[in-house]
Amino acid sequence: MIVLLSILPLFIMVAYSFMTAGQYGGVTSGFSLDGWIAVFFERDFFDDSLIPATAHLTILGRSVGLAFATTLLTALFGIPTAWFIATRHPSARAFWMFLITVPFWTNLLVRTIAIQEVIRADGTINRALMGLGLIDEPLQMMFTNGAVLLGMTYVFLPLMVLPVYSAIERFDFRLAEAAYDLYASRFHCLRKVVLPLMWPGIVAGSILVFIPALGAYVTPRLMGGGRAMMWGNLIDLQFGQGRNWPLGAALSITLTLVVLVALVWYARRDARGERADG
Amino acid sequence: MAKHRFEVSFFPGVTIIAMTTFLALYIPVLILVINAFNGGETASSWEGASLRWFTAAFENEAFRRAAYNSLLVASIAAILSTTFATMAAMAVTRGRPFKGQGGIFVIINQPLLVPEIVFAIALMIVLSQIKQATGYQGLGYIIAAHTTFCIPFAFLPIRARLSGMDLTLETAAMDLYASRFYTFRRVTLPLLAPGILAGFMLAFVVSLDNVVVSSLVKSPGQETLPTYLMSELRRNLTSEIYAISALLLFASISVVAASGLLTRTRN
Repeated sequence: MIVLLSILPLFIMVAYSFMTAGQYGGVTSGFSLDGWIAVFFERDFFDDSLIPATAHLTILGRSVGLAFATTLLTALFGIPTAWFIATRHPSARAFWMFLITVPFWTNLLVRTIAIQEVIRADGTINRALMGLGLIDEPLQMMFTNGAVLLGMTYVFLPLMVLPVYSAIERFDFRLAEAAYDLYASRFHCLRKVVLPLMWPGIVAGSILVFIPALGAYVTPRLMGGGRAMMWGNLIDLQFGQGRNWPLGAALSITLTLVVLVALVWYARRDARGERADG
Repeated sequence: MAKHRFEVSFFPGVTIIAMTTFLALYIPVLILVINAFNGGETASSWEGASLRWFTAAFENEAFRRAAYNSLLVASIAAILSTTFATMAAMAVTRGRPFKGQGGIFVIINQPLLVPEIVFAIALMIVLSQIKQATGYQGLGYIIAAHTTFCIPFAFLPIRARLSGMDLTLETAAMDLYASRFYTFRRVTLPLLAPGILAGFMLAFVVSLDNVVVSSLVKSPGQETLPTYLMSELRRNLTSEIYAISALLLFASISVVAASGLLTRTRN
């Protein structure tokens, strides 16, 4: 039954994406490709010809772009942090790792509220800047791509640190020593010795951040609102006010497929790496 | 650090970035907790520490109902998912390869395979049909949905414990003519208990935190704490929201810390 509950809904999504939209939401029976066409095209208002659906495509493009940017930012902060933790004394590592795992297990909604509080119009940064007399009007930071990016980086950062940390922890520092003994510069040691051995952890972390970032719903909704919507919010909109269930279903299937492609790519890469190691 | 000593694990800038990361992770949460204890009418000015917003929350009937629902759903979903996870882990580590293994793999990886919003909407579609057909509007739907996505979180610590366990004790029990079930109950289960408890706690936290699935699956008028927070947020950010957020924060931190201590002392 549990298997049914976890995958049956997906088959229903596939079926719904090929049906006709009902007038008040829902679907009516009858095969139609309208849902799928609507992912990419819309009917021109005047002559009914198909033109690219710029509104959707902007949102999909933003989602992919922001998910990549989030992955990049979490890597930028997460890798040095993981390095820092892994090079501490073993007894201190547990403490630092605890500091990383606590946010990982605490409520996503609460953490989003926390970061929202920092940048909202009446929030910490604006009040501080106005208190210092640096600005007269609050800066509008909310409901922008930057706000969504900040929120997602904040929320997903632990997912990058955890796998990178376990890769560095296994790293044998005698290898780095050997490189230095052979007159490698810091940069060369990093590029030729450390990075290749850390790479599997970095790839795992990137996958773990990219996938939830691409399908993120809560954080973009609170930080981006209607102006910086993402893929997940667009899907929700189609099933809600948009009343275009086939389009929503088609968007859902597309998102799931993108995630699956990323995972399959990762799994095959991982399998190849293991064979090369063994 | 003295100049003459060359540290291989040292890279310039690492400590600064790491400290920035830790501060950036914790300062917003800290601000939120401070706001929750602010005695002032709004969060914009500090007027002394007070518990007034916590009191206000507890006097709020809607909050109490949501908190009750949340605890009930999390408890039942955690018990059910831990039971399934234990069976799945036993089957994977102890049993011979069998036909349903693909099914277990799908369940365990489902949260990674399917984006949460897609899972939530698909469930909403199916369950709304069932709601219409049966007329039942209770918490059962949320509990069933939570059980499904909690299983992987309960599974991981249980399997880790099982695969690290020595098989000789179980073999010895069976050599002494204990039945399979008796061996499980008297030998495997007691040894597995810390893993099961850790799995239960993680499942509990994951259920307690969920907002997307709950908000789409719930019947009209039903709220869990996160969905209640979400609907309150739509109106305005009040100090009561900070107080409720702080409560949720304390709840997850204490459960995670307890489960961490549990697995650490036993190892």
